[in-house]
Amino acid sequence: MAVAVQGAPSKGSRAREPRPGLVERFKRSYSKHWYAYVMIAPVVLVLGVLVLYPLIEGIWLTLTDATSLNSARQIGVNKVPASYNFIGLHNYADILWGPGSYDRFWSHFVWTIAWTVLCVCLHYSLGLGLALLLNQKLRGRGAYRLLLILPWAVPTFVTVFSWRLMLSDGGAVNTVLGALHLPEPGWLDDPLGQKAAAILVNTWVGVPFMMISLLGGLQSIPAELYEAAEMDGATAWQQFRHVTLPGLRTVSSTVVLLGVIWTFNQFAVIFLLFGNGAPDAQLLVTWAYRLGFGQQPRDYAQSAAYGVILLSILIVFTSFYRRWLARNEQANG
Amino acid sequence: MSTTTDRPTITVPGSGIPKARPVKARRRGELSPLGKALSHGALTLASLIALFPVLWIVFISLGPDKTDYLHPGAILDKMTTSNYSTVLFDTDFFSWFGNAALVSGVTTVVGVLIAATTGYAVSRMRFPGHRPLMWSLLVTQMFPIAVLIVPMYTILSTLGLLDSYVGLILVYSTTTVPYCAWLLKGYFDTIPVEIDEAGRVDGLSPFGTFWRLVLPLARPGLAVAAFYSFLTAWAEVAFASTFMLSSDKYTLAVGLQTFVSEHDAQWNLMAATAVLIAIPSSLLFYLVQRHLVTGLTAGASKS
Repeated sequence: MAVAVQGAPSKGSRAREPRPGLVERFKRSYSKHWYAYVMIAPVVLVLGVLVLYPLIEGIWLTLTDATSLNSARQIGVNKVPASYNFIGLHNYADILWGPGSYDRFWSHFVWTIAWTVLCVCLHYSLGLGLALLLNQKLRGRGAYRLLLILPWAVPTFVTVFSWRLMLSDGGAVNTVLGALHLPEPGWLDDPLGQKAAAILVNTWVGVPFMMISLLGGLQSIPAELYEAAEMDGATAWQQFRHVTLPGLRTVSSTVVLLGVIWTFNQFAVIFLLFGNGAPDAQLLVTWAYRLGFGQQPRDYAQSAAYGVILLSILIVFTSFYRRWLARNEQANG
Repeated sequence: MSTTTDRPTITVPGSGIPKARPVKARRRGELSPLGKALSHGALTLASLIALFPVLWIVFISLGPDKTDYLHPGAILDKMTTSNYSTVLFDTDFFSWFGNAALVSGVTTVVGVLIAATTGYAVSRMRFPGHRPLMWSLLVTQMFPIAVLIVPMYTILSTLGLLDSYVGLILVYSTTTVPYCAWLLKGYFDTIPVEIDEAGRVDGLSPFGTFWRLVLPLARPGLAVAAFYSFLTAWAEVAFASTFMLSSDKYTLAVGLQTFVSEHDAQWNLMAATAVLIAIPSSLLFYLVQRHLVTGLTAGASKS
């Protein structure tokens, strides 16, 4: 997060005197920072109990062969204790290079990457285009802005459900295409159509956030920069290239990072659009959910292993991305 | 590209139409008539695309038969609000609505309050553990649902919190709190530190400064965070359908799915329910939309 480093000057920087003993240091640190610790305590507690602990539990599960048949469960009044075994890294090996690993993992992996790249590019370019349009002196731009962020205000499951009706065989989209004598793809049945439909819907869902964030960024670029550029005879394109894009750099890096994370983990769109169908259009995250909850017996261990793999991919991506940003920052001064 | 450096368009309350500006001669950044026409065209088209699915579901919800979505033309002749009366009076709509409102409301209040103190602490104070905390707020965003849902299920069941409002609120807080804290940190960064210093000089404690001076100034940021939390909880499906077991505890998102079983898909009722669900979140959205632009990017665009 570029945001993390900037900001207010520190109030309590560490003491400069010779280092006192450990206990003494702890006491001092406590008396100096206790306000901060009290203020972050609730969040740390929530994250610790409800995120860290389940995460550790989840990682442990990936090392076992737990399914819904051998986990602790309640049948009537009888408690059946868990009977799964520790099997080490077998789940990971099986997912990554076990038999059929292409159909089970790698095909979804490729599609997830393609999906993330395509969706984030579409989100960003459409969002930026609309933000630029909205940032002009134009009658009724407040009204346009209101209408354009509406998709964001309506819960995803409502709009995805509406898209499902529109994309179904005799639905609105194909009726229009038919009237124009264009091909009517089976959006919800044909493998390629499903992927196209998923990208279409997710783009529609994600653009408003990008647009509003980038609009905020555009409004924070000082007008003097444009005036100076104009004095130097810069064309509109050159102004965009050398004033607008650099001015947006901080906002862009944040929203692109968030966009990648959210799109990569996008659950609702695929799940609600296709339910348990469309094996080809399943992303890694919906596939993992299906392993864990959408089949019998539920394969808890493999589902969690997918989760850990997903999380590792994102963490690796984020650290590279941030390093790349930092290097760019230096190169550009 | 605009020359304005002012805050986003000031809208007349209740109308959404920008205040008329004094007429000026065309200056730099203003568009030629052709450019204006093109911009209006593009924005109108985009607004239509943005609006259409929402309007479409409203339209479908007026058709009385469950297969009307396949031949929408027929709806025009037999428009009725019978779907709405069925949903409102013959189903558990009101108890689902109450559950969803309770869960989302509490998630919003609790989430924003604790996210605000954390955001303030990471914005103003440098304490050991500052960077790891910021990192973990980001990393929490990355958690795929698959890795958490099974262990959360076991934990909630051990604590006896399965099928309870508290359990669901706690689960939602794990999604909303980190993002809100991050967002609010950015917003607090834009509030001058001098204000805190003045508060301290006047003898306020750090909490007093935060509560009496900084929070009121951060209202746009808080509004956006509240909107985000509310919407997350209001529209969440996966956790709610896994953790809420008895039908009188369902939230709207889960209850909605009961209209579509394997044998009988009542798309018309589902459409009407979906419209009813979208109304509260759209109202809330209307209240906060003026703050969205500043609230979302205040911190990120500052440096």
